[in-house]
Amino acid sequence: MSSYSPPTSAATPVVITVSASARWLLGAALFALVLYYFIGLDQGAVSVFGSDTHVHEFVHDARHFLGFPCH
Amino acid sequence: MEKKLILRGALAGAIAGLLSFLFARIFAEPQIQAAISYESAREAAQGALDKAAGLPMSHGDHEVFSRAIQANVGVGVGIILFGTAMGALFAVGYAICLGRTGDVRPRSLAMLVALAGFLGFYLVPSLKYPANPPSIGHGETIQQRTSLYLLMVLFSLMFLVAAVWLGQRLQDRLGNWNAALAAGAAFVVAIGIVMLILPSFGELASNRASYGDLATETPQPLKGADGAIAFPGFPADTLYAFRVYSVAAQAILWSAIGLIFAPMADRLLEPARDHRPGGERVTR
Ligand SMILES: [Zn+2]
Repeated sequence: MSSYSPPTSAATPVVITVSASARWLLGAALFALVLYYFIGLDQGAVSVFGSDTHVHEFVHDARHFLGFPCH
Repeated sequence: MEKKLILRGALAGAIAGLLSFLFARIFAEPQIQAAISYESAREAAQGALDKAAGLPMSHGDHEVFSRAIQANVGVGVGIILFGTAMGALFAVGYAICLGRTGDVRPRSLAMLVALAGFLGFYLVPSLKYPANPPSIGHGETIQQRTSLYLLMVLFSLMFLVAAVWLGQRLQDRLGNWNAALAAGAAFVVAIGIVMLILPSFGELASNRASYGDLATETPQPLKGADGAIAFPGFPADTLYAFRVYSVAAQAILWSAIGLIFAPMADRLLEPARDHRPGGERVTR
């Protein structure tokens, strides 16, 4: 016999409790949102580095092509 | 488990971003270059008109990065990092959905979550505010355009989550098929109302004041003092090709995230699923 307890329904192989794994889930979400901000938004409508435009200019074509408003 | 899922999601996203970048480099960059050439030629034509009218000429802005860097490196770094971010968010969504969204196999769930990401983060917002190549977009409206675009993304994602919740609530009463149809219809109606309420970019007050009654910020023909067209409006074919390729690149990105993540999720989760008490393997 295995020590594994069968799930109540065949559909629930694993249920990840959000409270127990909050560190990884929140960390990943935060990481993703920061990237999203720098690729799509920074140095356009708002800017964390003041009037510098290096981030904006570097990812400029990606910003247009990924659908973000620009210019 | 959540750590394994998230790292795999981010990896799938990075690979998907690389594929999407290769597509962009081949198909999108010529269109972006055409748009930039149009912009320069238009500025020159505008300068000539201003000079003829005795107006002060506007000066062009300096380049921070060369076009070669932007078109080969910048676009690649941008899309790959975007893919990584979307892959990580995808994995967070996947981890939360796991075991909470009915009888779905791990790999089918991967494709469904990827579809939701494609719809919520890109396709639905782009129906209202489609992607624009360089030279389309007025600098003075960037804040309003960014806010409106983010609102569309936010509403699309919120309504998708709500539709999944609604579908599950209706499942007992209506059955799988009808519950899914009802939830889908509710999503379309809800997002449709938001799209009707939000203004088009052309309707923004500063655009109305400077450019008149237009739906978008797409450059119109330049006219000389005599009213004759001195320079054409933005080429429609370039705009169409750019937008089609933009949709295609996001479709590639999200389907690659789903397809790369699906077998990894299967390997990670199926052993637990197939190992029933008694030890027999259940094949499906
Ligand atoms: Zn731009």
